[in-house]
Amino acid sequence: MKRLTLLASAVAALAIASGAQAQERIKFEFWYGLTGDLGEVVQKHCQLFNESQDKYEAVCTGQGGYDKAEQNTIAAYRAKQHPTVVQIYDAGTVNFLLSGAIYPAAKFDKDYGLNIDWKAYFPGIANYYATSTGEMWSFPYNSSSAVFYWNKDAWAKIGKSEAPKTWAEFGEDLKALKAAGVECGFAFDFDTWQNMEQFSATNNLPIATLDNGYGGLGAELVVNKTAFVDHMKDYKAWLDAGYAKIQTSQVGKTITQAFADGTCASTTMSIANHGTVKNTQVAGLNWGVAMFPVIDASKRTNSLVGGASLWVMGGKSKEEYEAAAAFLKYVTAPDTGEKYIAENTGYIPVTTKGFELLKQSGFYADPKYAGREVAIESLTASEVGPLSRGIRLGNFTSIRSEIRSELEAAFTGQKDMQAAIDAAVDRSNQILRRYEQTYKGAALP
Amino acid sequence: MEKRATFSNLWLAAAFIAPQILLVFIFFYWPSGEALYWAVTLEPPFGGSNEWVGFLNFETVFTDPKYWGSVRVSLIFAAAATVISLAIAALLALFVDRRLPGHQVYRFSFFLPYALAAPAVGLAFRFIFSPDAGFVSAINRVFPDLWNPALDGWDALALIVFAQSWKMVGYNFIFFLAALQSIPRTMIEAGAMDGAGVLRRMRDIQLPLIAPTLFFLMVINITDSFVDSFGIVDITTHGGPARATDLMVYKIYFDGFEGKDYSLAAAQSIVLMLLVMALTFVQFRFIERRIHYR
Repeated sequence: MKRLTLLASAVAALAIASGAQAQERIKFEFWYGLTGDLGEVVQKHCQLFNESQDKYEAVCTGQGGYDKAEQNTIAAYRAKQHPTVVQIYDAGTVNFLLSGAIYPAAKFDKDYGLNIDWKAYFPGIANYYATSTGEMWSFPYNSSSAVFYWNKDAWAKIGKSEAPKTWAEFGEDLKALKAAGVECGFAFDFDTWQNMEQFSATNNLPIATLDNGYGGLGAELVVNKTAFVDHMKDYKAWLDAGYAKIQTSQVGKTITQAFADGTCASTTMSIANHGTVKNTQVAGLNWGVAMFPVIDASKRTNSLVGGASLWVMGGKSKEEYEAAAAFLKYVTAPDTGEKYIAENTGYIPVTTKGFELLKQSGFYADPKYAGREVAIESLTASEVGPLSRGIRLGNFTSIRSEIRSELEAAFTGQKDMQAAIDAAVDRSNQILRRYEQTYKGAALP
Repeated sequence: MEKRATFSNLWLAAAFIAPQILLVFIFFYWPSGEALYWAVTLEPPFGGSNEWVGFLNFETVFTDPKYWGSVRVSLIFAAAATVISLAIAALLALFVDRRLPGHQVYRFSFFLPYALAAPAVGLAFRFIFSPDAGFVSAINRVFPDLWNPALDGWDALALIVFAQSWKMVGYNFIFFLAALQSIPRTMIEAGAMDGAGVLRRMRDIQLPLIAPTLFFLMVINITDSFVDSFGIVDITTHGGPARATDLMVYKIYFDGFEGKDYSLAAAQSIVLMLLVMALTFVQFRFIERRIHYR
């Protein structure tokens, strides 16, 4: 008898427990790649979403880096343990487009009624993440672009109050800065994102054939035949003349640190570092941001978007997708999404609506954030053309690494610049052919 | 007169062996088999349609001059790190074994580096040896541009050799010390009574007697520097500048995990595995002969 009561109460307890389960929120997993302060901002975003309603719960896990987020997602997908939503950086876009593992954003929007206004995205951003037919397959989340950071006091020493508009003018300025006693006029590193990709986009120069790879997997790199080579030769000349310095974490200071502590008078990097510079700068550093110098100021084209976007993965339950839909709606909305990201990080709004909202709220008038609109200006400097749309090349991470290695060889004097870039292009093309062969029969959507 | 414990019950014997076989299978043969399979196919990152390509991946690896550069760097790295860490560890152990004042403290503190993970070692070395901001920057102030691992390939290689040696010294030290302490005191005392000085006793009595340990540590150190040095490279140099520190294991990581070219990475792992096996074989075949076990 006693045993029976025990059993009955156990059954009752179980029933209550499962009843509670039914009332529990529907959970889904979201993996992100941002780390440090930025990772905390994403975590807080999840928390805000979870507090904003009581039906769904986003379980957000940082993966310790953009590259790790992609690696882990691939490994998890192969083990069928992947998250519903994942943040993937620009360089991973091609792999995800070809993966067959994702739920295209445009289709997801239709199926789960997100009512995203796709036309509101800045064309530079929309085009980057869109397929050849113009459909967006992921949701832009944290976006940036590259800008020119300059120390106004240093430029005042040579009697100028405006940032240089062209690279030629910049070269003259560097010479004058040196003469005026500025030890380091320009800090650079071997990151191809600003030095090659943004340089090529803003000057309407091709990086690869077939519209930088958007036209198909058969694309070939052509940067060894463009003004990029001369641009790098200029860098080398500036380095040799003592106008510029290489700043990487191996040297002890990154370009961000070297600019923020006043060591170097200018640098080129992501607008996302705007906040970092503000927070870490030495007292009294009088600086600003401007659009990239270009070769011909009258022919400036738009710069490229950087950062990451959110991808919905395939093979999940309807409930999880409903939860994910609510989350995506929340984190991409102008007020709860774009404004939150822009206010807490250096990233920029991604839609005209978000940008208007921020402007109205006086965001850009606040001295703390003033200047960030330059990134939008740069991103919308022209109509998006086939060469300023973006880069869609397979295994772009390895290509960046090849170019970086060869640039290192050239800047340390082991090789001539042209020979180094020729070698990098040659090796990159081998990588592209391997990628094409790996995806034999597949076509870019 | 040979004595052997045998099992008459084969099933029982099999049951005893099974867990071990299973472990070896799951953690060694299965992954190795998978790697071999990937190495002869082209594997897309998300899986799916992999295509048989025979030796294409190996051809790609072997015809790449940068790969041979990577092999060369790995060999230099392994040789230098092994020699340095063994020499320093042996020296430290010999002196701690002399029971100088405070030897317990040394014994404890010398082992500590091994308890650190490779990335932590890398981070520490990156800060200490950064040419602008580290402790070494003081030297650069006196001799400008003497030390710059960010631009000079040899400096970068020296940096990772130091980091790897520093990490392994503690491990080697413990083994050396244990070996030294197992040498009967009477032997050393006899030497001393015959008039041999400290250095003479070290050279003629202690070092020959710890030769088996030295051999064991050499194998371990070489293997470790080939397969476990990735963390240090990843944090300090990323294989640069201009591939001067692009160790084979780091290249595998980069091509596989960063580049998502699993097949190319798998082919390289197979090559690395064969190389380490060959090196170990050579060591046992040719060096072990000269070692006398007591």
